Amino acid sequence: MSTVLPAADSLTTPSPLPVPARAGRSLWQDAWARLRKNHLAVVCGVVLIAIVLICFIGPFLTGWNPETTNLALKASPPGTAETLTDGSVRTHLLGTDTLGRDLLTRIMRGGQVSLMVGMVATGVALLIGVAYGAAAGYLGGRTDAVMMRAVDVLYALPFMIFVILLTTMFGKSMLLMYIAIGAVEWLTMSRIVRAQVQGLARQEFVDAARSLGLSTAVILRRHIIPNVLGPVIVYATLTVPAVMLLEAALSFLGLGVQPPDSSWGTLIDDGATNMETSVWLLAWPAAFFSVTLFCLNFVGDGLRDALDVRSGKD
Amino acid sequence: MLRFTLNRLAQSIAVVFLVFTITFFMIRLTDGDPFASPKAMPPDVRKVLVERYGLDKPLPVQYFTTMGSYLKGDLLPSMSYQGMWNTKIIKDAFPISLIIGVAALGVALALGLPAGIIAAVKKNTWLDFGPMSLALIGICLPTFVMGPLLIMLFGLKWRLLNVAGWFEKTDWILPAVTMGLIYGAYIARMTRGGMLEVLNQDYIRTARAKGVPGWKVVMGHALRGGLLPVVAFLGPALAGITTGSFIIEKIFNLPGLGQHFVSSVFNRDYSLILALVVLYAAVLVVVNFLTDILIAWLNPKVRLS
Amino acid sequence: MNPLRLLILFFTVLAAAGLTGCGGDPVSAVEGAKSKIFLVNNKAEPRFLDLQRCNSVTEHHIMLSLYQGLVGESKESDKDVEPGAAERWDTNADKSVWTFHLRKNAKWSDGAPLTAQDFVWSYRRMLRKALGAQYAEMLYMLKNGRELYDGVVKEEDLGARALDNDTLELTFLGPTPHFLLIACHTSWWPVPRHVIEKYGGVYDVMNPWTDEDKLVGNGPFKMKRYLFRQYLEVERNPHYWDAANVKLDGVRFYSIDDDAVEERLFRRGQLHATYSTPLSRIPDYLKNHPDIVQNYTNCASWYFRVNTTRPVLSDVKVRRALAFALDRKSIIDNVLRARQQPAAGMVPPMEGYTQVNEFSYDLTKARQLLAEAGFADGKGFPKFDILISKNEASRQIAEAVQAMWRQNLGISVGVTQQDFSVYLTSQQKLDYDIAWAGWNADYFDPASFIDMWMTDGGNNETGWSNKAFDKLLDDARQCADAGQRLAILTEAEKILMQDTPVLPLYFGTRTRLIHPAVKNWQARLLDNPVWHNLELISPPPHSSMDAELNRN
Repeated sequence: MSTVLPAADSLTTPSPLPVPARAGRSLWQDAWARLRKNHLAVVCGVVLIAIVLICFIGPFLTGWNPETTNLALKASPPGTAETLTDGSVRTHLLGTDTLGRDLLTRIMRGGQVSLMVGMVATGVALLIGVAYGAAAGYLGGRTDAVMMRAVDVLYALPFMIFVILLTTMFGKSMLLMYIAIGAVEWLTMSRIVRAQVQGLARQEFVDAARSLGLSTAVILRRHIIPNVLGPVIVYATLTVPAVMLLEAALSFLGLGVQPPDSSWGTLIDDGATNMETSVWLLAWPAAFFSVTLFCLNFVGDGLRDALDVRSGKD
Repeated sequence: MLRFTLNRLAQSIAVVFLVFTITFFMIRLTDGDPFASPKAMPPDVRKVLVERYGLDKPLPVQYFTTMGSYLKGDLLPSMSYQGMWNTKIIKDAFPISLIIGVAALGVALALGLPAGIIAAVKKNTWLDFGPMSLALIGICLPTFVMGPLLIMLFGLKWRLLNVAGWFEKTDWILPAVTMGLIYGAYIARMTRGGMLEVLNQDYIRTARAKGVPGWKVVMGHALRGGLLPVVAFLGPALAGITTGSFIIEKIFNLPGLGQHFVSSVFNRDYSLILALVVLYAAVLVVVNFLTDILIAWLNPKVRLS
Repeated sequence: MNPLRLLILFFTVLAAAGLTGCGGDPVSAVEGAKSKIFLVNNKAEPRFLDLQRCNSVTEHHIMLSLYQGLVGESKESDKDVEPGAAERWDTNADKSVWTFHLRKNAKWSDGAPLTAQDFVWSYRRMLRKALGAQYAEMLYMLKNGRELYDGVVKEEDLGARALDNDTLELTFLGPTPHFLLIACHTSWWPVPRHVIEKYGGVYDVMNPWTDEDKLVGNGPFKMKRYLFRQYLEVERNPHYWDAANVKLDGVRFYSIDDDAVEERLFRRGQLHATYSTPLSRIPDYLKNHPDIVQNYTNCASWYFRVNTTRPVLSDVKVRRALAFALDRKSIIDNVLRARQQPAAGMVPPMEGYTQVNEFSYDLTKARQLLAEAGFADGKGFPKFDILISKNEASRQIAEAVQAMWRQNLGISVGVTQQDFSVYLTSQQKLDYDIAWAGWNADYFDPASFIDMWMTDGGNNETGWSNKAFDKLLDDARQCADAGQRLAILTEAEKILMQDTPVLPLYFGTRTRLIHPAVKNWQARLLDNPVWHNLELISPPPHSSMDAELNRN
């Protein structure tokens, strides 16, 4: 029943990170230096930024409204020119969809939605997952056991049932829809964070800090949180594409964004139904979607390599 | 080991029980109705059905009678399809999803493991970038694009396989490949990650220093540890793989469980939803148990506790 | 073990396991033509197999193969009938009492004789609240029909009597000249008393008499196998009175709901007939494969239901403005492209009936009406939603109409997609603004499209009510003269259109893909296939899609 795979990567067996070895140069400066050396990740990062800019600024430049139809145009191939009511001629760079709407503008608008879904939902998952996982991991004992069993139970509920319930409750509001997806995605995050925190709490340097008389708050702030942040950021970059795929799958089921609004998922779904007659309807949205996911994954990989101290050895 | 098993058994039963309870009440919060029909149903007609399925009784009463039936092994009849019993629906559909799922897993492992291992051993060469880029494309294409594309090629263009349905002994191939490609891509990436981590460890260096041939080091020593992340990922995913994917089953028109999961929810078929969710939870619990044992076997550092 | 060997073993086991899906039955259209099994997509899974509980087109098409009424739709004409279980009939002077003479050789598919008592028993069963038959009210036209349903008379008082084993007398409330066409509806068909009573309670929903190994009917075919979510197959019924003239050995009903999937199956040569054709593929088939595609009107009306209890939509001027702002022709020519007819009223073209021609695409009128309602140029018009169920065609139409209203009238409209079950309940609870809907005729009569708008009618679902309209419908029911009755119905439709609780859009067509091996497939207005008249030719004649359709 899994319509979508989790983005869980090798992070499912996280290893606690020791404190940075060298003083004077922080973990973050170190990581940044390593990240910059990873050319692939840097290029992908630049491409990602470009796509985000295109999606959010582009619609103002194309001159088309993503919702204005021209039924007579139907699905026209890229480069089709349309004569406007004032007599001027303007081209549809990537063609039009079945209702004669400008495809490029719709892809940009859809990108805004998909990227927002990815980020907002990941943010929600992050918030709930980190708080829940850290609490369970640090408190330990019986509380931890109960909290984690609750996560087990939620894991055992098929995802679909959850999402449909949430959509019937929040159906019309897009923002709430994102939050609903995030509210489902936090489970893995909480497990990762808990394992990290638990591992760290037992580490010698934490014991040392404790025996030096440092307060819990200081230990959390100075030792635990910086060490947990690495895996969390990496997992988050991998959750964004997973959520975007999830949104696409929901669109296939008709549970995604409501028309006439579009997302990359709904556009690709439209394209798939028309792929034999108008291939550009599938090709362009799929290209934008794939490139974005591709880049997100490589940036995620780059971050993981950069933040994992052990891999710095070779 | 015995204590571990008993402990887990108790936990598992508790999980399934809670899932049953949550689902039972959650599904009643949704709009819609299992008896809805395109031409409005007169109230008298509705009443007959509502009473027959006991939906007129107070919710707690329904809850306990349903639980009683489940404890006796009776999963009750479907509410949307007259005369269909949930047990029979599951018995007919589960094997199909299971076959497709297991085949997909086979495809995924056959593609993902070698690709991941080679990529790790030949790190930063074209043997690494090539398969890994392909794997990423596999991850980035939604199933509902990949499926029709494969159908177009193998079914309609080259006319080698059926485009949909469950009739001939080759009908599992296309759905299994569609599903397997995506899981294979994940497995390749995880195998690479896991292998890289292990290949750097001291015992591997020792083995190499002792003159053990390269491939033997990889296959004999490193693989065992390198597979850990794959197993940790596949374990929980297995419940989803074997109970069927809705999108795959819809595109290939397979009468598997995945279709029922979604259509029962769309129909608001309360009793079928419940039966399916409980089945899913049970499968998940079993699979997780097996995963833990496998991880303990792969990684001697982990003790079952 | 060597991993490679392990893999080979794995796939061998799998291939063996894959055999479970194979029953040795025909899987291709060519094989099907050889063994005379008709492979047809029936769109959905039947929810009821109990004839008297059936309420959908899906179920109706299956029942047409398993049962037969007193008369059946004529093979030649939609407006005529031919003898079925009854070989002849006569009627009294005012056509209020009909007598049907059953065939002496009429039998159930298990060989038991079919008698007039079976019909009487069936009608009594149908008219019991405990059964929960959706179409029970079809039998209210029988004398004491409604009274029996309400439990105020005894079963013996019902206007259906068996004069002897082969003679059935039906007494109606009044003159019923058009009864023969109505008798084609499933509610007038018989169910097997001896089987139902054998397996359980007569009125029990869970009575297993409809299981694949128990179901008995009196139609040209009988139940062979039912694989849930795969197909339901019927085979030749040797006890059928006209078995010698049935040309097929079986019909297999698939339940594929995705039109893209069925179209691919058809193109791979796995089906003889699809249920529909995907929107995006229709123009190509109509243009390049006219010999394969069947496109015909099917007596369906498609429209928007308006919730007249909503603040702004309660204003008739607003509703009319919306109706005049619909460019029906453009939607048909550019979006649907299957030769539908623009609808200016509710009732599709029917012989003898004068249609109401109320709405055209008239922007001046629409804008003027909207201004009169106080929303010149759409200013201040509150946002409302179009409710649709989840499917491709509905979504395309909703999006096109939404843009039309916005671009033509300046009002902002949203779209809400709901699961089919929720979509239906939302309309019943009047929890919507405007809903996209379609209506198929139950029987070939304009009343089928007008009756539903009666005050508190179960399918009205708009909150609209008009006393003059209700009165006209009553008059029509009492009217013995067929021509006059139709004139009254036209008057009623006029009122309906002037009040506009519905915004008509188009009269539907059905576009099916039919394999060249199929002979005698008829385009029928009610879209009821005549299974016993179909034929399969093997090898199939030449067609424009030979390479695709004729595999093996």
